[in-house]
Amino acid sequence: MLILTCPMCGVTAEETEFHGGGEAHLKRFGPGSSEDEFEGYLFMRENPKGVHFERWRHANGCGKWFHAARCTTTLEVFGTYAAQTYEPPAEIKAVISDKRPGWRWREHS
Amino acid sequence: MSTRLATGGRLLTKDKPVTFRFNGKQLRGYEGDTLASALLANDQMLVGRSFKYHRPRGIVASGAEEPNGLVNMGDEGKFEPNQRVTTTELFDGLSATSQNHWPSLEFDVGVINKYMSRFMPAGFYYKTFMYPRAFWKHVYEPFIRQAAGLGKAPKARDVDTYEHYHAFCDVLVIGGGVAGLLAAKTAAQSGAKVMLIEQTAHWGGRAPVDGGTVDGDPVEDFVEKTVAELASMENVTLRNRTMGAGVYDHGYVLGYERLTDHAPEAAGPRHRLWRVRAGHIITATGAIERPLSFAGNDIPGVMLASAVRDYVANWGVSIGDRTVIVTNNDDAYLTAFALKFAGLEVPAIVDARPAGDESPAMAQAKALGLRVLHGHGIAKVKGNKRVTGVAICAQAGEGAVLEEITCDAVAMSGGWSPVVHLWSHCGGKLAWDDAQAFFKPDRDKAPTGADGAGFVTAAGAASGALILSDALGDAHAAGQAAAKAAGFTARKTKAPKGETPAEAPMLPVWMMPQGASAPLRAKAWLDYQNDVKVSDVQLAAREGFESVEHAKRYTTLGMATDQGKLSNINGLATLAGALDTPIPQVGTTTFRPPYTPISMGAIGGEARAEVFQPIRRTPMHDWHDTNGADWEPVGHWRRPYAFVRDGESTHDAVMREVVNTRQNLGLLDASTLGKLVVKGPDAGKFLDMLYTNMMSTLKPGKCRYGLMCSENGFLIDDGVVARIDEDTFLCHTTTGGAERIHGHMEEWLQTEWWDWKVYVANVTEQYAQVAVVGPNARKVLEKLGGMDVSKEALGFMEWADGEIGGFKARVYRISFSGELSYEIAVDAGQGQAFWDALMAAGAEFGAMPYGTECLHILRAEKGFIMIGDETDGTIIPQDLGLNWAISKKKEDYLGKRAQARSHMTDPERWKLVGLETVDGSTLPDGAYAAGEGVNANGQRNVIGRVTSTYHSPTLGRGIAMGLVLHGPDRMGEVISFPGTDGKTYEARIVDPVFYDKEGEKQNV
Repeated sequence: MLILTCPMCGVTAEETEFHGGGEAHLKRFGPGSSEDEFEGYLFMRENPKGVHFERWRHANGCGKWFHAARCTTTLEVFGTYAAQTYEPPAEIKAVISDKRPGWRWREHS
Repeated sequence: MSTRLATGGRLLTKDKPVTFRFNGKQLRGYEGDTLASALLANDQMLVGRSFKYHRPRGIVASGAEEPNGLVNMGDEGKFEPNQRVTTTELFDGLSATSQNHWPSLEFDVGVINKYMSRFMPAGFYYKTFMYPRAFWKHVYEPFIRQAAGLGKAPKARDVDTYEHYHAFCDVLVIGGGVAGLLAAKTAAQSGAKVMLIEQTAHWGGRAPVDGGTVDGDPVEDFVEKTVAELASMENVTLRNRTMGAGVYDHGYVLGYERLTDHAPEAAGPRHRLWRVRAGHIITATGAIERPLSFAGNDIPGVMLASAVRDYVANWGVSIGDRTVIVTNNDDAYLTAFALKFAGLEVPAIVDARPAGDESPAMAQAKALGLRVLHGHGIAKVKGNKRVTGVAICAQAGEGAVLEEITCDAVAMSGGWSPVVHLWSHCGGKLAWDDAQAFFKPDRDKAPTGADGAGFVTAAGAASGALILSDALGDAHAAGQAAAKAAGFTARKTKAPKGETPAEAPMLPVWMMPQGASAPLRAKAWLDYQNDVKVSDVQLAAREGFESVEHAKRYTTLGMATDQGKLSNINGLATLAGALDTPIPQVGTTTFRPPYTPISMGAIGGEARAEVFQPIRRTPMHDWHDTNGADWEPVGHWRRPYAFVRDGESTHDAVMREVVNTRQNLGLLDASTLGKLVVKGPDAGKFLDMLYTNMMSTLKPGKCRYGLMCSENGFLIDDGVVARIDEDTFLCHTTTGGAERIHGHMEEWLQTEWWDWKVYVANVTEQYAQVAVVGPNARKVLEKLGGMDVSKEALGFMEWADGEIGGFKARVYRISFSGELSYEIAVDAGQGQAFWDALMAAGAEFGAMPYGTECLHILRAEKGFIMIGDETDGTIIPQDLGLNWAISKKKEDYLGKRAQARSHMTDPERWKLVGLETVDGSTLPDGAYAAGEGVNANGQRNVIGRVTSTYHSPTLGRGIAMGLVLHGPDRMGEVISFPGTDGKTYEARIVDPVFYDKEGEKQNV
């Protein structure tokens, strides 16, 4: 059971207080998009052994969604940050680069 | 025979005798006994039968690793199977029975399996029960079911209570032996908040039995002193009878405290589950002795050497008058000495190691006049239900018998394995120690926490430091490291100095004798409970089950309730031998929590009966309850299914409610419907994205029915949206959907359209809502008086605020029944008063409450869909003929792109139609319509299914809705639905609107 810190209200809490929401930084494709684009958006997910970016909701707390950067093998949490962003913030990427030099995740590194 | 000695027994209170029953026989023991020691003191060595061959099984161990001694405990509401005799503390009045035998423990019919053992090799389930196919159901399944499982499931409700505790500490130490005590003390000296838990009732672990000195004093004194010191420290919590059950992510630990198992009459909960969050964890869980694999090592009377020693020292119990020691290490010599000092005979110490440098233990054996046979092993144990002797052979040979020794007990030691379970639960890796032949925690590969650093440190024997002096040094360092890891500065202290005699190196022995012949290997047990032998593991390897995880499942090695605490290392060494691969390359199976089984009661804790799940109640709940409500769970709510009157069946009540609502006046408690306020300058734009139809064009004062889809295109909810003002909408959701749809809205607002100016609030519980339905609906409202509810003032699909009978009310002119209908929301606190007023005023108009089943029939007669009946997460609005509710003008809404995918536009998708049985009967729910031909499995092809089906009292016949292939193009066609009752139902495809197609009744 993980411990996460909600960046919106600042509370550090047990996983039971949160609800996982799958992969972060998906780009929505709507009407007019190609079959490939829509398939990628709707179904294709990363399943990395290592650095991963996830969406979480502080469901039994402030109710806000946020993002977490995490290692799926060691369970290390590199940081949590607001969901209102299109890509991982520079300071989170710096923390990951420090601990996992050469990491890649989708188009980010 | 085993018996109680006149002296000894450091854990016994001899002036407190207790009586207990085993298989109905009254026996005596002392306070401080375990059930195991008390049984042995009464010469009850035989405690059960093995799982597969029903071989007689005796007690092997003295602790949590015991594989055989499992009994049924207690009666009725206190009955529990599979209780381990070695971890059950004796109390006055204890009652236990043995299990897995028939008709009796002494004489068991299942033992016939033993003679069949040639036909029951590893994987026999997979090989035996395949053909003929006709035998599956009536021969094999009953046989397997009869054989499966140990013990009996309790029948009565558990009368005990259980609870959960949440705890937080800087350092959690699991295990209260010398290493755990010292590690806890060292960590606590830094000021860290320390919790120390120990699974038994005693502190000090094995050390008081094994002996040695700490800083010159007997180790027992060190234990006593350290416990007293810890007890006096305010930052330390001590809990015995509390097992570390599992270690989980980020320092989460489950502890299992047995509060009253040893004193069942005591008040309070029986078990307590500790949910601990620790900054750092020390596993000081000790080590477990391994059996040796020789023929007949499962015959009652063959025990672990350390257990034989424990029974003598701790409980003053002799296992036999003449005990042969068989070992590959020096530690088992201690058992010989303990027996000798107790005045018992040790005819021989059979030491598999060749003669070499004499260790202090060997010298002492010589001094005591004990016969030591170096380089020898046991060829086989003689006896059936009890050891009668051993045949000695050369360890290096194939088992040629050199001599036979008469004895009634065998104490074996194959070396020790650190208890690495808790280290491994959360991903800690292991390293193979060649010299001591065991897996131990790999310090550099501890499980990691949120900060990426290791959060578990093993200490003492659990880390591989078996010798007292090593264990103390290791535990001291672990305590300091844990304090530091938890953010404290460790005090500079020196580790106490432990002293025990030096030991000669052990010799790994995985088979005895080394070249044991096939018949001997087929009698050398690895897993006592599941009956897995050396020959079974070797067979598995030959048949290609080379992975340790495969071999485990094929042979069932380590899959019994003891989870292979004794058998795993011997089993994988045997597998490694068969594969000619080094042991570390074969690896171990996965260690999973709990360490030993914990009770279901403890897992449930307080969450049982009415506290299991809170029930949501509407303001009128109590009225419903006293007026015949037959309750139905809907989400977390309870809703009346029907209001049943005296002398009426539930079905009668439903029929009455439907007829009355259609003819007179029905009242429905609709408070459970979700009510979400969506507010802000972008609220219209937002709802246009969420609903398939256009909401932004809705005028204030008007209502509109809307459909909501997921991004996959599938229907997830529906309901009526009312526009309150330019910026504000009130969205009704299904009863079960309010929280989910609220969450759905928040998700899109926070993570996709975060710049849109919209707020959402869930106001479901702020209102009580009553649907006033039927031809007399307007009359009752007019009688109560207040706002104008005439057709002209409040048309269909309009709403207005006002007052009804003095109640502040918001009235929606909407209908889910096809009747003239008002849904009236009042403040929740006024709900019951408003309901009372409606019932009183409505009496003259035939007012009756109605429940959810009546609601369902009313809506089905009108062809209205129900989320969860007509939809199941794979249905798009187009399947249900709801194209009218899908905007053609909008560029985008959630689900629009998905509904354009080829599979969604496939004309072969089943479509909603009405179904009318030819004979007027009611179609079975969920029935499938059979089509022409058969599929690849020889089953009839299906062309549709029933989604809702009812008897309509209005029409006097069965009506149904269903999804049918090309359904809307097949109006009038009759299709058949084979039922599970063997009958076939013929139904005609019709329009789903059965009643008042023009909608005249609701629009008056």
